[in-house]
Amino acid sequence: MMVQLKSKPENLRAVAPSADTGTSPVAPRDEADRRYVEVSGVGHSYSRNGPTVLRSIDLKISAGEIVALIGRSGSGKSTLLHIISGLMKPSDGAVRIDGQRVEKPSPRWVMMFQAPSLYPWMTVAQNAGLGLKYAKKTEGVDARVKEVLSLVDLAEFADRNVQDLSGGQQQRAAFARSIAPEPELLLLDEPFSALDIFTRRALQNDVREIAKRLGLTVVLVTHDVNEAVQMADRAVLLSSGPGRIAGDTEINVSEADRVSQSKKFQMETTRLRTLYTEIAGLG
Amino acid sequence: MSDTPVINAPVRWPSLGRYRGVVSGIIGILGLLFIWWLGGRWVANSPGMFAFSMFAPEPALSRLWDMLLSGEVWEMSIPSLYRVGLGLVFAIGIGVPVGIAIGRMVVLREVTNIPFQFLRMISPLSWMPIAVMAFATWDAAIIFLIAVAAVWPIMFATAAGLRRLDPAWLKVARNLGASPLHQLTTVILPAIATDILTGIRLALGVAWIVLVPAEYLGVTSGLGYAINDARDTLDYSRLAATVVVIGIIGFLLDYICLKAVQRLNWVRES
Repeated sequence: MMVQLKSKPENLRAVAPSADTGTSPVAPRDEADRRYVEVSGVGHSYSRNGPTVLRSIDLKISAGEIVALIGRSGSGKSTLLHIISGLMKPSDGAVRIDGQRVEKPSPRWVMMFQAPSLYPWMTVAQNAGLGLKYAKKTEGVDARVKEVLSLVDLAEFADRNVQDLSGGQQQRAAFARSIAPEPELLLLDEPFSALDIFTRRALQNDVREIAKRLGLTVVLVTHDVNEAVQMADRAVLLSSGPGRIAGDTEINVSEADRVSQSKKFQMETTRLRTLYTEIAGLG
Repeated sequence: MSDTPVINAPVRWPSLGRYRGVVSGIIGILGLLFIWWLGGRWVANSPGMFAFSMFAPEPALSRLWDMLLSGEVWEMSIPSLYRVGLGLVFAIGIGVPVGIAIGRMVVLREVTNIPFQFLRMISPLSWMPIAVMAFATWDAAIIFLIAVAAVWPIMFATAAGLRRLDPAWLKVARNLGASPLHQLTTVILPAIATDILTGIRLALGVAWIVLVPAEYLGVTSGLGYAINDARDTLDYSRLAATVVVIGIIGFLLDYICLKAVQRLNWVRES
């Protein structure tokens, strides 16, 4: 079924699943460039006779790109992220990262969750170095841990127990833990939604800045349009019941304009919100 | 004016700061000694009981002092500690892995629930005849009885700890590339260490209680044997002194476990 939009915003590439197959073909502008992450025909149900959560998801993401997956609750965006990370196996289809089929989690693609889920019996440094320990790295571990803790402004808290940190600091520590194993792809599952607005804004800016500096590819799940505009280069919109890709649009905001006071930021937020409202059927 | 009686404020302890625990403990011990002394006086003054007057604190503590100086206390305690220690090692070796398995696997927990509850409720001493027949030495039979008594608290405390484990911790570990062994050593065991130690503490109490009757079996060493021997030889001051030794060692073992639990407890008091 076609999703009828009242107005088709600029940069919107594909919002219509094909009527015959039910697939959601994203019309790529630059096919060769968009091959780092390839989600092909992914569908998912949690049980054999249960409702379909995701249907025929096709998505390509290029290296270094920050993509926001936006959708209402139940649109399957978190499920899709779990499937990309290898924490869940899809009922149909496959995910490839840099040509390699994703069968299980890997330190090359790391997911960060809504709750920091730090280990409360460890220090900040021990938490940050866990991925390196699992990868059996023995050399340069301390230096790498120091480096990532400095990146997230937690160097001075390295030897503190994580229970001594504030909510925002805990999420920074979780971010440090995620990037310590030097992943190529970072999957963020609404990681800032439990934080206050000021901490959230600061972390959104910091995470984007660090990801760009390190050349990380990022897939961000959010239902916050502001967060998508603040952090992402591109927004993919999911409709629900079952989850399908219903829109895919570039976010054209310069780095200088990625502040909520900027007129360009507000215009882009309004454009994306309108599109989201149409797709979610809220209009 | 109202006739309502004035309700007095509750009696408060004087502020003793960090010595409060020590002072409370000393008061408790003195109270216990007083009750023991009263009992001794009553027994000594009862025409039908005066033969047991050597149970009183003065002869018992005097005998304990002699036993300490002669090394008899160590001679009777070391075999018992060896048996309890080995019994606990077997109980931990079985209880912790099985507890982790039933805590992690719902099906296994459901299948084993009734058999384990059934076995748990059988007094460990009921296994005595079977233990005597099944094992070649008395020592092995006693260690088996202690292990049978101690395994259940450890197993159930471990399983309960597993059920409280935050599943997100395991998801994060898997996500970072942790192998099953990594998940066990870096997440599961540290997360439930307090539960395991609490189980061991309970098991130690049960094992220490089972030890004395278990050492009535054939052996010629240990605290249980010493109790039995003192009874048979009507040496009541030695019997009472041995009871005090059992209590003191049990208390010290429990204290060590409590300190270990406190040290490994990562939950912050709010």
